[in-house]
Amino acid sequence: MEESLTKRLFVKGNEAIAMGALEAGCRYYFGYPITPQSDIPEYISREMPKLGGQFLQAESEIASINMLLGASACGARAMTSSSSPGISLKQEGISYMAGSECPGVIVNVCRSGPGLGGIDASQADYFQSVKGGGHGGYHIIVLAPDSVQEMYDLVMLAFDLSDRYRVPAMILADAVIGQMKEGLTPHPYVAPADLATKEWALIGGGKAGEQKVVKSLYLGDGELEAHNNKLHAKYAVMQEKEVRFEAVELDDAEMVVTAYGSAARIAKTAVRLAREQGLKVGLLRPVTLFPFPNVAYKKYAGNGQKVLCCELNNGQMVDDVRLAIPTTEVVFYGRAAGAGSLPTPEEYLAQIRKHYEA
Amino acid sequence: MTTEMKKIFSRPDSLKDVQTHYCPGCQHGTIHRLVAEALDYFGIKDQIIGVASVGCSVFLYGYFDVDVIEAPHGRAPAVATGARRVHPERPVFTYQGDGDLAAIGTSEIIHTANRGELMTVIFVNNTTYGMTGGQMAPTSMPGQKTSTTPYGRDVSTDGYPIKMAELLSGLDGTAYSVRVAVDNPKHVIQAGKAIRKAFQTQLDGKGFAFVEVLSTCPTNWKMDPLAANQRVADEMIPYFPLGVYKDATA
Repeated sequence: MEESLTKRLFVKGNEAIAMGALEAGCRYYFGYPITPQSDIPEYISREMPKLGGQFLQAESEIASINMLLGASACGARAMTSSSSPGISLKQEGISYMAGSECPGVIVNVCRSGPGLGGIDASQADYFQSVKGGGHGGYHIIVLAPDSVQEMYDLVMLAFDLSDRYRVPAMILADAVIGQMKEGLTPHPYVAPADLATKEWALIGGGKAGEQKVVKSLYLGDGELEAHNNKLHAKYAVMQEKEVRFEAVELDDAEMVVTAYGSAARIAKTAVRLAREQGLKVGLLRPVTLFPFPNVAYKKYAGNGQKVLCCELNNGQMVDDVRLAIPTTEVVFYGRAAGAGSLPTPEEYLAQIRKHYEA
Repeated sequence: MTTEMKKIFSRPDSLKDVQTHYCPGCQHGTIHRLVAEALDYFGIKDQIIGVASVGCSVFLYGYFDVDVIEAPHGRAPAVATGARRVHPERPVFTYQGDGDLAAIGTSEIIHTANRGELMTVIFVNNTTYGMTGGQMAPTSMPGQKTSTTPYGRDVSTDGYPIKMAELLSGLDGTAYSVRVAVDNPKHVIQAGKAIRKAFQTQLDGKGFAFVEVLSTCPTNWKMDPLAANQRVADEMIPYFPLGVYKDATA
């Protein structure tokens, strides 16, 4: 193990994700500059060639996602990163990757919108991430880090899950998580023992026997329906096996605050402040936004607890929370992103008190 | 009396023994064969990666016995770039129509050529969108009636037929850019040589190689195959002159 993989570092979230990807064996990166994630291609353009990998700054977001498709079809661990408007452009390619079962990691350091919007931290891309942002009725794996450490950890998990299920995986971060610096303890990547070799991919050297085709076109009677059923069966398995969440002070909680990413960091402080004031409040933080941790909501928030969902948008994840616990009243507090609109822990605490005592 | 028969002409190994879905008089079949002959000549059938585009040639994997990745509309050069970077030892070709390459995929083809990606691009120009039913293509001729230019292509509002072989020849990354046709035996032989040279260019690591092939679409042109073939000579070649526009392989 390299010494650099044991030392505690002070780095940006965007750098952490780049470091985690390289450690996980990602050797191909295709991207296009956009704030607030440009530290990722900058770091990778410097470090990836040293590891024998290839960094390519593409002419567009559209080209980068399709280069990712090509690299993935050839069996490589590869990634792209962007921010909201760029992710919109990539959605066509993500749909093709989903349809042709190409793994690959897409990082969205989300900024505010719609349109050009702003460059502030935002969670306005929840819908386009978890609901299948492109055409055709598919899903991708969506992981939501809330710290620099998780930027490092979750990108490794994203590669593993993506390869295991042959489903593209997205890291949904935001400008705060991407741009802030905090402590990171890097650790060596350990490949899961059960990760299969990519028999389906176009291998190096040349084709061994049978022709390999990576495609999403199915025109024969019943073929496309069967293909879609196969994709959705994988989503069901992921729902069963791959849900991840963090439970903070939930065992005796009479009120459950739920939030992910930066909003969860704010909410965590608000929950601590509430506990200091004697309120029985906990935090349920989804780490996997798809598959959504329905099971956790049923366990911690489906038995008479009050639920407060906080997001950096006008209400998106709250829909899934309500679907997970349909008989529970879920209140929502959100502020659309934009300069000066990032909520404070005290602001969340006021919401907690308001609904706790109601 | 017995006659000893010697086989002097057969299907290239790189093509599968199947019927195609192409319309009568369509020249995709001829162009497929020329590409397959080049793959056979270099013995790269098992190495090459084909990237299929969107349009009539989407079923590339059904006819060529090579590994294939299917690309979104216009994105074949980007997909091929990703593949080529991962497996530098495996040659790559894309096979794209005029709508795919010269309209929705203009950005990808220009930047792929400009990077000098080691790949061979076969560009089939038949002046129309074949698969979607004969709409105006970026290469439709001035005055050409299509299903979306019912009064004929008006260059004052629709612009001019785009000349890709010339356009790409202006880029430093392009090593070889040529326009050929397959409307008569002489042209077919010339096209075969150009396609072979385009693969040679890639295999020699010289840079990006581009072959524009003028082709027919009798169905959407609403012509019989012979009349369609004649249109290539009478209308297309005068506007899209055949020839080598760039050869930096020497």
